[in-house]
Amino acid sequence: MPKWFTGAAVLCGLMFAVAPVLIANAPYESTMGLVQKIFYVHLPSAWVFLLSAIVCGVASVRFLFRGDPRQDRLAWAAAELVVLFGLVTLVTGPLWARKAWGTWWQWDVRLTSSLMGWMVAVAYLLLRKYGGPGSDKLGAGLALFGMANVPFVYISVNYWRTIHPATSVVPTLPSSFGVPLWFSAVTFLLLFVLLLRLRVRLQEQHAALDALYLSMDA
Amino acid sequence: MFARIVWLVLRKDFTVEVRSLEIAYTTVFFAISCVLVFAFALVQEGRAPEGGAAGILWVAIAFAGTLALGRTFERERQSDTLRALLLAPAARPAIYVGKLLGIVALLLAAELLLVPLVAFLFQAPLLVRPGWLATVLLTGTIGFAAVGTLFAAMLVRARSRDVLLPVLLYPITVPVIIAGVRGTAALLQPEFDPGIIHFWLALLVCFDVVFVTLALWTFEPLMTD
Repeated sequence: MPKWFTGAAVLCGLMFAVAPVLIANAPYESTMGLVQKIFYVHLPSAWVFLLSAIVCGVASVRFLFRGDPRQDRLAWAAAELVVLFGLVTLVTGPLWARKAWGTWWQWDVRLTSSLMGWMVAVAYLLLRKYGGPGSDKLGAGLALFGMANVPFVYISVNYWRTIHPATSVVPTLPSSFGVPLWFSAVTFLLLFVLLLRLRVRLQEQHAALDALYLSMDA
Repeated sequence: MFARIVWLVLRKDFTVEVRSLEIAYTTVFFAISCVLVFAFALVQEGRAPEGGAAGILWVAIAFAGTLALGRTFERERQSDTLRALLLAPAARPAIYVGKLLGIVALLLAAELLLVPLVAFLFQAPLLVRPGWLATVLLTGTIGFAAVGTLFAAMLVRARSRDVLLPVLLYPITVPVIIAGVRGTAALLQPEFDPGIIHFWLALLVCFDVVFVTLALWTFEPLMTD
């Protein structure tokens, strides 16, 4: 592992220990009360969810047109993180929605397309696990279509009337809400980088092991 | 040249299909069975659930489409003719477009039977605005088949392709199905609102453009060993 990994892992652990304190000390939002605190987990995980989908898509395109196996390993690792952070987003969202909208789930554009993006990532992992030979290229094609979905998710709220808060809310937040939010976002981002590096390394070692087996047979 | 290859691929598929009519018969019969299952499950004491017809029509199209896609490429695999097709000195995108047109034609033929059947079993006024309905069905079918043809072609070499095709296809084509269902449902409303139809049709056309462009762009690298 690179030298920075241990230091970054310790820092990430410390930040995850500090984040709840910051979130607990943030003022209560007037209408939502305690439930509003879900926001500090939901929004950062949603950002990282979209970021992983973009990383997966870009790496897939590069793999598809250049054939670099390192990009394929990156795409696979990112797809796993799409599923992980997507799950956090899709679990915390309904918890918030139950209080804010009075219902667990609404078939609005943003919720629907997020769920769709998450399902594409699950399909990608199923394909990579059970598709057999040739599934690396196929997966890259799938990820490309999945990535086409991301900008659609992001702008959908601004173009269609929906009950999901728009993306323009974030810059207008007062700093008492903004500081814990951005701290939490950086923490999630760091976790994303660490996990991505860890999974890519695992794939590298799998590839190295396969190469060793092949050289033994030869 | 491009158009000629498209025409040749289409004519080849058509000739092979006309000899046995295997895919046409099985797809149409499967689609009809789907609609009948929905009718048994949902129509009670002669009364169909309100607004169900549009959804059932599109679910039947999606299921039958998956079956047809799987069979079309299975046929190419059995005698390894896909390899021959790819070895031919022809532009890959043209081969893709030829295959796509074949699937779209087959699905449109199935829809010709499905629409009256759904209208009859679910007492839905589907045929009141035939022009609009045909446009929604055509754009929706192209969007669904554009992704389906690409994925089915890629899956020819993969293991467990029968299971993987629907697993990969449905999450990607959900927006097409949603727009198709909403557009069709808007046609069934007693007060006709062209604005709503225009919105869903515009969305369907957007998806068609994005999906066909992406498929044409990726078909070549995806089909190369």
